Amino acid sequence: MKNIVILGAGTAGTMVANHLRGKLPSGWALKIVDPDPLHLYQPGLLFLPFGDEKQERLLRPRGHTLRSGVEWSQQAVETVDVEARQVVLEDSERLSYDILVLASGSQIRPEETEGLLGDHWHNSAHDFYTLDGANALRRALADFDDGRLVVNVVEMPIKCPVAPLEFLFLADDYFTRRGIRDRVELVYATPLDGAFTKPVASAALGYLLEQKGIQVESEFNTGEVDGEARLLRSWDEREVPYDLLVSIPTHGGAPFIAASGLGNELDFVPTEHHSLLAKAHDRIFVLGDATDLPSSKAGSVAHFQSGVVANNVLRTIAGKSLVEGFDGHSNCFIESGGGKALLIDFNYDVEPLPGHYPVPGLGPFNLLAESRVNHWGKLAFRWIYWNALLPALPLPLPSRMSMAGKRRPPESVAA
Amino acid sequence: MTALEAAGKTIELNGEGFLLDGDQWTPELAEALAESAGMGPLSDKHWQVITFCREDAAREGQSPGLRRISKLSGVSMKELYKLFPKGPGKLAARVAGLPKPQACI
Repeated sequence: MKNIVILGAGTAGTMVANHLRGKLPSGWALKIVDPDPLHLYQPGLLFLPFGDEKQERLLRPRGHTLRSGVEWSQQAVETVDVEARQVVLEDSERLSYDILVLASGSQIRPEETEGLLGDHWHNSAHDFYTLDGANALRRALADFDDGRLVVNVVEMPIKCPVAPLEFLFLADDYFTRRGIRDRVELVYATPLDGAFTKPVASAALGYLLEQKGIQVESEFNTGEVDGEARLLRSWDEREVPYDLLVSIPTHGGAPFIAASGLGNELDFVPTEHHSLLAKAHDRIFVLGDATDLPSSKAGSVAHFQSGVVANNVLRTIAGKSLVEGFDGHSNCFIESGGGKALLIDFNYDVEPLPGHYPVPGLGPFNLLAESRVNHWGKLAFRWIYWNALLPALPLPLPSRMSMAGKRRPPESVAA
Repeated sequence: MTALEAAGKTIELNGEGFLLDGDQWTPELAEALAESAGMGPLSDKHWQVITFCREDAAREGQSPGLRRISKLSGVSMKELYKLFPKGPGKLAARVAGLPKPQACI
């Protein structure tokens, strides 16, 4: 018997497993390893702090998201023994693999920033990338009546790179609804050189910051957090005071990636851009947040990658050459508050452009522009996630990005 | 779009001072790019960082982030801020003729 072992049953791993089940030739078995009994719908974490989402709607038993034919081992991974082609589990059991798929995601690492953890963590300094963090932040926001709220991205890359901006847009909406917007300052401290870094998006969306009264502290690389004084200090010794801090801490890959010597300086796995094969190992594929790719760490990316990885696993079994099928394609809804949202669609080479998606000229979604339909799309997406994406049902969305329906503003060419 | 005169050639830059065509980069051009960014002459320490960034980008297919530079180039975070003031990741990329480190939007 030969084995395909998938490490991680989040968005990426679940989709690959569900793609592969029923398609393997006889003599091949499929196993997936994940210690967590529940599958978390991560896009919902953004809404929890504002009381607009219920925790129970974001969780499903792992056994329900994995379809029949996928054997699930509910254990943590200690390490991968690449030489022996074995995965060592926490109970010391060794799983042999012929093909390994790494879908172990990314995690926040607040401990990487001096002073971020401490008594103030989940009191005056928060995250919304974990269920505990988002719930603690909901309580803190409910008690917050006036002062300075700072959203700080510590360093790139992060999961869902637009989430910090969405958080600020929703915070503006939330405080407006509570009638205290004039008593709250909203500040975005980012290591990038602006809230938007791509020319077309920057020109199209810059108005949002002004309209919503969000101050931007750019090129701010957080060196330390002084929880007592409620101050962020950058490496070049600038200070940003806060009353309530919403931190997007440093992200890193799963701990076993480091223990196995598979990762880079943040334990993300160096990965071929188009075939999704690990650069250093020809029997290991990588997808989702676990890669070091310059594509976004986002569920849509994992979705577009999952078909490519499943296909390349089957081609490897059949002794065929790999397809260079992934083009960096990503699309993301961006909540802009007031019941509206934006949609962006882009890849490695093409920045987010205005237009319509998925049907050229019709939409129904507007690219790089606010609309109510986009917001409904974001809400409907949860149903699609549970019922179509995770089960890997065929969707009428090509995995490669299409230029049809997009237009490049003439002035951006020379920018 | 702007242009830079270096070693008798006209080199095109984008609106933010980055090379439009990374293949045009030469060590002499790095000095001119540094000057256009308001930096003084490049020291050995600067070159240690620039060389690391170029080799790493050639290997990995993307401009290295600040953490990667500080961890692997042998130059500490504090020093990087002295050498390439304000935004060392962005400025080192610009002088090394690499694309600006970007987010998705």
